[in-house]
Amino acid sequence: MTSHHPDESLLQAYAIGNLGEPLALLVATHTALCPLCRNAVRDLESIAGTLLDDLSPTALSEDSLSSVLAQLDGRETAAASEASSPVAEGADTILPQPLRGYLGRRLSDLPWRQRGVVADVALFPDRKDFTTRLLRIRKGCRVPLHRHEGLELTLVLSGAFSDSQGHYLRGDIAVANSSVVHQPVADDDEDCICLAVTDAPVYLAGPIGRLLNFAFKY
Amino acid sequence: AKYRPTPEQLLDLMMAVSVSRDRDAFAQIFHYYAPRVKSYIRSLKVEEKSAEDIAQEVLLTVWRCADQYDPQKSALSTWIFTIARNKRIDVARREKRPEIDLNDPALVPEGPASPDRAYDAAQVALRVRAAIDTLPQEQATLLRSSFFEEKSHSELADELLMPLGTVKSRLRLAITKLRSALEDMNQ
Ligand SMILES: [Zn+2]
Ligand SMILES: [Zn+2]
Repeated sequence: MTSHHPDESLLQAYAIGNLGEPLALLVATHTALCPLCRNAVRDLESIAGTLLDDLSPTALSEDSLSSVLAQLDGRETAAASEASSPVAEGADTILPQPLRGYLGRRLSDLPWRQRGVVADVALFPDRKDFTTRLLRIRKGCRVPLHRHEGLELTLVLSGAFSDSQGHYLRGDIAVANSSVVHQPVADDDEDCICLAVTDAPVYLAGPIGRLLNFAFKY
Repeated sequence: AKYRPTPEQLLDLMMAVSVSRDRDAFAQIFHYYAPRVKSYIRSLKVEEKSAEDIAQEVLLTVWRCADQYDPQKSALSTWIFTIARNKRIDVARREKRPEIDLNDPALVPEGPASPDRAYDAAQVALRVRAAIDTLPQEQATLLRSSFFEEKSHSELADELLMPLGTVKSRLRLAITKLRSALEDMNQ
């Protein structure tokens, strides 16, 4: 059972649609692994629905209803229903939706870039506001010491890691901010695969790390 | 114009739309929800014209996807809220909303400690409403702003001249109260 959950303001922001897509992906994927937060989001949506009911109405233009009614005529195009994507044969069941759909292929077929003990795959490469990566930390290995300028949220998908703040298992979310000098260590028994979303560039903070800052960006 | 349909009445109208494609029932749903959806979208600082366009599109989706509405899963207001939320993410931010798939075999199922509760839509709506009505004024106001003005908790704190911790703890109190009104639903 997950024990490191997203902050309640993150859950609320997800429920009302105020998170940028990378963070929303991380929170949504957590809720696939965490029935507690899944229920919380559903309750928050129920609250939002009730508050919507309470809003005082804003007048519509006079022809609003008639123009909508006019569009009900004619052949109804079946709205693209969110068909649940079936789990392909041999798919990684460690990847729940929505993450599986975003990656679109098996973990082993992703374009991993190996950088020392960590391999990564970039998601949303065109976004300037977040850095989003799937990380694979080699079992028993230590990620180079680094500091985050902004906030980093790391969701564990398989394996486990520890840092100065805790021990994180599948489904857990670790939070590191600029006050944390961060050195995650993967557990010994298997590689640790995580989804990490960082909202600003990350700099290596250790002496070797500073040297490696050109090549490494963790 | 103070007419406010009960959740049961709205549900009946929605069933008429879904099962018999009843246009009069749809018109009533439109009358009730379109102006509220427009208010919601306006509160997110979307300008008048495109707020109205979004409200119309939301109601069109209600008609077109009526058979996807499941009263066992959510109250009608909640379902319409989620359509409006997603439409606005799509229009204003050009993003998709990542969503779980409840039929995904990789989804971690509920355990005995945290069951996925079954919902009786009309009941949920009534309970949340009753619980909101018992909130102290200040908490209710904070709750509304935090849901509908796209302000972060720290922006709310600045605006209300309250410490961030106070905003967070009052909101937590309000939301916990509302959620606990739902907790004992199926016992
Ligand atoms: Zn959780
Ligand atoms: Zn880090």
